[in-house]
Amino acid sequence: MNTKNQLYNYILEIADDSLILGQRLSEWCGHGPILEEDIALTNIALDFIGQANNLYEYAATLSENKITPDQLAFLRVDNDFKNALLVEQPNRDFAYTLARQFYFDAFRKLFFEKLIDSKDEQLSAIAEKSLKETKYHLKHSSEWIIRLGDGTEESHNRIQTAIDFLWKYTNELFEDNQAYTEILDLELGISVSALKSTWLEYVHSILTEATLTIPNSPFSQTGGRKGIHTEHLGYLLAEMQYMQRAFPNSTW
Amino acid sequence: MEKLSIDELEKRFQAKIDADIKIEPNDWMPEAYRKTLIRQISQHAHSEIVGMLPEGNWITRAPSLKRKAVLLAKVQDEAGHGLYLYSAAETLGMDREQSIDDLHSGKAKYSSIFNYPTLTWADMGSIGWLVDGAAIMNQVPLCRCSYGPYARAMVRVCKEESFHQRQGFEIISTLANGTPEQKAMAQESLNRWWWPALMMFGPSDKDSTHSEQSMKWKIKRVSNDDLRQQFVDVTVPQAEMIGLTVPDKDLKWNEERGHYDFGVINWDEFNQVVQGNGPCNFERIEARKKAKENGMWVREAALAFAEKRKNKIDIKIKEI
Amino acid sequence: MSTKEWPLWEVFIRSKQGLSHKHVGSLRAADSEMAIENARDVYTRRLEGVSIWVVESKLIAASDPKDSDAFFEPAEDKIYRHPTFYDVPDGISHM
Repeated sequence: MNTKNQLYNYILEIADDSLILGQRLSEWCGHGPILEEDIALTNIALDFIGQANNLYEYAATLSENKITPDQLAFLRVDNDFKNALLVEQPNRDFAYTLARQFYFDAFRKLFFEKLIDSKDEQLSAIAEKSLKETKYHLKHSSEWIIRLGDGTEESHNRIQTAIDFLWKYTNELFEDNQAYTEILDLELGISVSALKSTWLEYVHSILTEATLTIPNSPFSQTGGRKGIHTEHLGYLLAEMQYMQRAFPNSTW
Repeated sequence: MEKLSIDELEKRFQAKIDADIKIEPNDWMPEAYRKTLIRQISQHAHSEIVGMLPEGNWITRAPSLKRKAVLLAKVQDEAGHGLYLYSAAETLGMDREQSIDDLHSGKAKYSSIFNYPTLTWADMGSIGWLVDGAAIMNQVPLCRCSYGPYARAMVRVCKEESFHQRQGFEIISTLANGTPEQKAMAQESLNRWWWPALMMFGPSDKDSTHSEQSMKWKIKRVSNDDLRQQFVDVTVPQAEMIGLTVPDKDLKWNEERGHYDFGVINWDEFNQVVQGNGPCNFERIEARKKAKENGMWVREAALAFAEKRKNKIDIKIKEI
Repeated sequence: MSTKEWPLWEVFIRSKQGLSHKHVGSLRAADSEMAIENARDVYTRRLEGVSIWVVESKLIAASDPKDSDAFFEPAEDKIYRHPTFYDVPDGISHM
């Protein structure tokens, strides 16, 4: 694989994380726990979909084929998607949604902070814009983890369950992918494994503030980066891609 | 201070209204004025919130990234508008929670248009074009409504809504100019939404129970039938321009009146839907109740947390 | 099934540097941090602001409209507080 090709795939991976999580969050629109939070979740969903769009646009310029961002989003099949398993997990309830968000935001903030230094100017610019959004997302999700953890007995139990359950999907975020060695060597992309200790430290500090127990299960699930997903992604894509599949070659 | 009789207070109140002086929350107002406003503003707020559902139904299936983002932003605006309006109602002493409970129990109404289903993507176009188009006609005059907080909320709403109708028209005209399948989708959608959109302006003036007093109080500023006529007059040429047919065989330009004549509205259907027997009344309220019930533990938790950390709510988010 | 409601907050937004904060509406939030964030999401979706104040509605003290005659009208005849009350001879500028 040449560098351009590696970069293309590398960008798709970041974009897929954003799109799939944005899609999940958008399911909340109209169903939030209170009007104000409904609006907040939708704002976050919009940020993610915007990020995905920017990244797909850039990726499309690197592709050997003529391809559009919409084709990347709506016409690839399950194992073409390289998002982490964490972001495709269903919303279940507000606790699961916020636990998923918290783990991911904490990762994403560290990720973009480093990606700003990318030697690829465009990627660096996208990282800079996305970082601003991500900082707000992380503030929002961290505060909710603390509120729910130190709120009522019910909220404490619910958020603890979600934090524990989703833990097994967090390690994947920090697995360096052998497919991108050149990208890392040329300092276009970054090593995610190097982010893990800082991430852990932050997650610990918030969970402690939230009076929650820090999960320590050594088991983890992985595969998303290689296109091997959980059962949930298929349904998400079936719904998201329905129009483009049912009415091919149309303009919307 | 002199003690004024109710009669005198009412006279002064009406004089203020006649002089186009706005009424503000703590000003004296007749009980009936307060009640009418609470009913109207709450109903309006509920319509925004319930109105999120038929469009929300298509967010996860929007056909492109751009459409998805626009639709999300639009439905989010509706949540915002609901919130502005609940806030306006709060200034009259109507608690939001109470207001929402009234919606869930069926005591409070909302616009019956939202009890129709969104079956195809084209319905996102029809809602923006027709439903928001009709809503804007209703709402623009309300920016001059006599009650200050309501008028101010409406100014904000109208400013934000201007993109809603345009994005709807853009969707429908893209379809109308698209493949034969897309064009058929657009026409089929117009067929279903046209009449319910006309019903949005409410009963004919001669049958409208609240109209006269509301006009006098400047809570309502243009009559139902006038607004409906205005809507038909501007919308029919738009449909023609994109090659769609308005489903009304009696529709015809009346040179003499300078307006379109149009067919008779099926008020039985309207009354059925208002009374709860529309295609989606049950589902809409069910979805809202579920959101409230599922969110209860979240709201309780946040409150309990605030109680616990009173005076030191500075949640410590460490920099990493 | 009603729970205790989150308190009501009034929101004030500075639309740009140099202008004062202006009341824009209200919202509900459990704590002040949340109120500020909600205000950001609800009232500044279209770049309407650069700074936000929130204050719990119940903490605002207001003048009573019933007293407005006694309160505000006495200022009506004090026109000497306005610059146009004074004659400035022709030829004097910068005043």
